Amino acid sequence: MPTTITLDHGSGGLYTHNLIKGIIVRHLTNPLLDPLEDSALLKIGHYRSIAFTTDSYVVDPIFFSGGDIGSLSVNGTINDLAMKGAWPIALSCSFILEEGLGLTDFEKVVLSIKNACETANVMVATGDTKVVPRGKCDRLFITTSGVGLVKEGIDIGISNIRDGDMIIVSGEIGSHGITILTEREGMDIKSPSIKSDTCALHRLVSALIDDIGDGLHALKDPTRGGLCTALWEASDTTGYLMDIFEEKIPINNDVRGASYILGIDPLYLANEGKLIAWIDPLYAERAIAIMKAFDCAKDAAVIGEVKGRVIDDNAPSVILHTAIGGKRRLHPLKGMPLPRIC
Amino acid sequence: MCLAVPMEVIELREGVNVALVRLEGIEKEVFLDIVDNMPEKGDYVLVHAGFAIHTISREDVSKTFELLKGMNAVD
Amino acid sequence: MSIEHIKNNQSKSILSQITEISGKIGAEISIMEVCGTHTVSIARHGIRSLIPPNIRLVSGPGCPVCVTSQGAIDAMIKIAEMPDCRVVTFGDMMRVPGTDGGSLMDRKGRGAKVNIVYSPMDALYIAQKYQDDLIVFLAVGFETTAPLIASVIKRASKEGVKNFTVFPAMKLIMPAIFSLLSQKDVMIDGLICPGHVSSVIGADVYEPVCSQFNAPCVIAGFDAHDILGAIRAILMQLLKIKENYNNNCYNDRYNDCHNREISTAKGKRTEVARVENLYRAVVDSHGNKRALSMIKEVFEHRDSVWRGLGIIEKSGLFLRDEYMDFCAISRLKIDVDEGCEHSMCRCKDILTGRISPPDCPLFKRACTPLNPFGPCMVSNEGACHAYYNYA
Repeated sequence: MPTTITLDHGSGGLYTHNLIKGIIVRHLTNPLLDPLEDSALLKIGHYRSIAFTTDSYVVDPIFFSGGDIGSLSVNGTINDLAMKGAWPIALSCSFILEEGLGLTDFEKVVLSIKNACETANVMVATGDTKVVPRGKCDRLFITTSGVGLVKEGIDIGISNIRDGDMIIVSGEIGSHGITILTEREGMDIKSPSIKSDTCALHRLVSALIDDIGDGLHALKDPTRGGLCTALWEASDTTGYLMDIFEEKIPINNDVRGASYILGIDPLYLANEGKLIAWIDPLYAERAIAIMKAFDCAKDAAVIGEVKGRVIDDNAPSVILHTAIGGKRRLHPLKGMPLPRIC
Repeated sequence: MCLAVPMEVIELREGVNVALVRLEGIEKEVFLDIVDNMPEKGDYVLVHAGFAIHTISREDVSKTFELLKGMNAVD
Repeated sequence: MSIEHIKNNQSKSILSQITEISGKIGAEISIMEVCGTHTVSIARHGIRSLIPPNIRLVSGPGCPVCVTSQGAIDAMIKIAEMPDCRVVTFGDMMRVPGTDGGSLMDRKGRGAKVNIVYSPMDALYIAQKYQDDLIVFLAVGFETTAPLIASVIKRASKEGVKNFTVFPAMKLIMPAIFSLLSQKDVMIDGLICPGHVSSVIGADVYEPVCSQFNAPCVIAGFDAHDILGAIRAILMQLLKIKENYNNNCYNDRYNDCHNREISTAKGKRTEVARVENLYRAVVDSHGNKRALSMIKEVFEHRDSVWRGLGIIEKSGLFLRDEYMDFCAISRLKIDVDEGCEHSMCRCKDILTGRISPPDCPLFKRACTPLNPFGPCMVSNEGACHAYYNYA
């Protein structure tokens, strides 16, 4: 077991899970934090809630196909709010800048934040700037927090997942993860389809809430750790078995090809503009129709269903039915995905 | 043991021993230092860790595909 | 219909044939997939959940990370700690633990210079970029990867790159197969042979395996359809061998027939195991001569320690004298201590099919993917890792 922090602790996989549960939650435990959902709900009076979240962005490279650290920091935090059914009201934006960062690069990032905010119709209400000596951070890090308003009577959360719920993913998975991996390692693997999917999902969520209301039980954005880790965490929290079908999972051909070349499983690659929805089976078809009206969710698909309690040892269970009819149990990501030759 | 992927040769870079290859929409460069039979444009090469390790002729590829389709008809 | 659909439909019909033939054979059948990439593919497609229970798929030694000796791993980690060195490696090696429990990933976290590459050629670029560092490329792999590394060493030599070295830990698969099958109580009835290694070494090299051990050798590609096809081919051979044996000596104890190799001595209708190549687009009988001569030019065969399997004669590739300047072990005067394997680890018995992962006292207790002891748990391709994840 490592006695120091390694990059694996930031992978969103088991190492991260153990770090959060073993140190952070162990010491800071409280009813708001403990559910470990994408954002915390703060009750205002009896009926209304404010969703509150924070996220740090340390992506390398800071500019990549499909986006940059600026747009990512806005969209990622909006999505954390949206996963609890909240409409974003305001963001904070805190920069840690490395001595030597080009001013034009910094301005480019700020302009990208501006664009993302305008597209999403949200404001940066407050912020902070710190500069650290060269080598103490990598160009720039951004922390954005966000608050959002949850409409009266809306209760979306992992604990609402029910047996028999349909599991929907809002589009092709893995594109952000493969883009960052290939660009960071300077790998010569190029394709117009390999670009980050970063985008804000609050309008999509709002449309779902307006249309199917209570039929929408839970949402989760499969960022670090990918689809597989997100499903595993949902199974871990609820004790339900997640039963999914390989052939139904939407994956872009080029993302699949690049993953194959690098020996990486796209089920574990990060997404920055996708959500998983657990929906009452009566509303599943309707939910897909609503999603497909949005460009960011045009490939939405039902990938499986919640199928009873987990079976053995109370261990979280995600069962994948393979294309040839086989069954395999999926496990959460352990450390960060690395290119393999074997 | 060894991951390798067949990719189609779309360009040969003379002199530097490199081919530009394609899989779906992905393009990348591979080295031809160890490949036995030099590929031509349109052939496939098996790519392992950035190197072409074997040339698969166009005919072989289409034969394999036809064979598969034929076998399915029988099934 | 897409080619994937066609293949999936065929896979289902091959499966029903497998069930039928294995029923006719009756006895327990152990098939070894030599190659770790096959192991991963078997797990990924859930093939174990589909085949009849009397077929046991045993994972073989074809996982380069798994078989790299503990001594070599420790030496690699030690090099990463040297201030003037920069270790360059395939991602595969990053999480393999040293004797002290730490890995390259761990050392990188403490400031060691470690770069992950996809191609060995990238290591040469890194050497040119970091001229003040001595680059140590961790050269692991089998006959598929070795020629790539040989060609990079030749380039470095030609271009006079002085700060580029490799840590030689490459292995040859055939000596390992012979070593495994020669052990007395080993129970392997047939082999799925590695598709990509075979494209370099050729199909003919398996002939002696068939004749010496009467075990069918089937070379196959890596998708579910290919692997199921290989299992079917092995079963068909085994059935013929069994039927012949029954016809000739009225004994239905298949394993006796098989292991005593007496079928060759019985009558003219006797069947013997043979090599079948189901991956013809990629593998021919003689292999890639250019790659083989590249290996021969740069490396020589020496005895090598395999984790779990011990010393296997002439099974390792080391640099020839004329390329010794590129050998990290000799440049850095590193001592590789080969006597430090964990004594409780049963990987050797797992690799030979004597026990299954849950039979090992360390499995799931002391030894887990986050804290692996032996080679079979270390790699994604390892039998214990696959068992832990998918069973």
